[in-house]
Amino acid sequence: MRKKITEFIIEKIIILCGVISIVFVALIFFFLLKEGLSLFTTYPAGKFILGSHWYPVSEPPKFGIISLIAGSLWVTLGAIIISVPIGIASAIYISEIAPRKVRDILKSGIEMLAAIPSVVIGFVGITTLVPLVKNVFGLPTGLTALSGSVMLAFMAVPTIVSIAEDAFYSIPKRYKEAALALGATHWQTIWRVLIRAAFPGIVAASMLGIGRVIGETMAVMMITGNMARIPHSFFDPVRTLTATIAAEMGETVRGSDHYFALFAIGIVLFIITFLINLIADIYINKELK
Amino acid sequence: MSKISVENLNLYYQDFHALRGVNVEIAPTMITSMIGPSGCGKSTLLRTFNRMNDLVDGVRVDGKILIDGDNILPAQYDLVSLRKKVGMVFQRPNPFPMSIASNIKFGLEVHGVVRKDALDATVEDALRAVSLWDELKDRLSCSALGLSLEQQQRLCIARLIAVKPEILLMDEPCSALDPIATERVEELMIELKANYTIVIVTHNMQQAARISDYTGFMWLGELVEFGRTDGMFTNPKEKLTQDYITGRAG
Repeated sequence: MRKKITEFIIEKIIILCGVISIVFVALIFFFLLKEGLSLFTTYPAGKFILGSHWYPVSEPPKFGIISLIAGSLWVTLGAIIISVPIGIASAIYISEIAPRKVRDILKSGIEMLAAIPSVVIGFVGITTLVPLVKNVFGLPTGLTALSGSVMLAFMAVPTIVSIAEDAFYSIPKRYKEAALALGATHWQTIWRVLIRAAFPGIVAASMLGIGRVIGETMAVMMITGNMARIPHSFFDPVRTLTATIAAEMGETVRGSDHYFALFAIGIVLFIITFLINLIADIYINKELK
Repeated sequence: MSKISVENLNLYYQDFHALRGVNVEIAPTMITSMIGPSGCGKSTLLRTFNRMNDLVDGVRVDGKILIDGDNILPAQYDLVSLRKKVGMVFQRPNPFPMSIASNIKFGLEVHGVVRKDALDATVEDALRAVSLWDELKDRLSCSALGLSLEQQQRLCIARLIAVKPEILLMDEPCSALDPIATERVEELMIELKANYTIVIVTHNMQQAARISDYTGFMWLGELVEFGRTDGMFTNPKEKLTQDYITGRAG
């Protein structure tokens, strides 16, 4: 009888923990929605999404976020171009080519890369990469979209590698045997069979890497120059959605339009990351089938 | 002349002595089966003929395996041409997660065939050779994973035939199939032996008796007895063989 009561209590506690986490997510979401949507009672949604000027403190204020969206897109795009090929190539190397000892070292190395706080990455970037970009390309400033992309790629690579590596690892061994037994070389086996078999996992890995990049704040705020202008190349300074929120939230008056506008940016970010995670999820489930 | 001749072959997985002094001659265009209890080394022996054991860490082999008179064991031996000549069918059907046609084209493509008409012709020939063409000709672009296990196993055989091998190694090819499918795959093997040298490893002694011309019995890494199938099953020379095929050992 006593045992039964303990079991009952423990079970309820566990259920409570599960429910609480869902409740928190729901509360955060509704809070974000409530505050963000308040902006549109005084400021038109079309001008918010499509307006190209972000002058939150001028009179009258302008809350056009297209330049911020463009900033996030440029930085993210650059980071994807750099990190996806590197990430997938390292996943292939780790899972298919590296000898066991090297594999273990690489895997723990990559996990450590994932553990570096983003402010440290930003700090390293600002002291090493930014002057490098400035000198190599002869720019007035090294605080550019390119610098942001490179540093963000560093942060995305561990995510991509570990998920893509799982995808390669979980390919049934019989596919590899079949290909080799037909006389395919190691490389042909990787290229024609394994990549194809792991494709859903590779897409999921890339998507989660992108999700990490687009939500990243600290490093981009430090090294992208924070200019709310539509960039024309990777060598322009940009300002991302996340950096805008982080930089300005402390200076706003609670309940002002500026304050609501930052929450509205939060909604936009939320929608973007939600979609990316959704796509990743679809592909991860495809892989399991 | 023998198609494959094995001379004093020893194989070690690290410290484990898995094949002990095996000598055997495999005749061309015949079916040779290897029987014996699990772990006796029969699959290991089969996998030395196309050097699939190279994939396992810590394998050491000594002795000789001559295929058409060439020793295939030296490290620098060209594995691509070896495996083109010596194809393998596995225990579980293992078509690639691609379309039926791509599965068959795969072997040719990795060996450098790119002409579309040649590839398409091979798809038809190979599927006809395993009696799948009529069933599958209208869904060549469907995924091979949607086929029944028997069809998958036939497809795997067709995939080999497409690269025109001379030897087919079959590692318990029917163990995932039901009795009717097994019978049909056995019929296929008997048809194929006109053109190919077939070596099959099987758990199923009746299968060995039904389809093979020669049988080898292995026990703890040694080839205990080897000879014509009819003689082996009616009048084994070794006591151990007799005990095994009558069910007293193993």
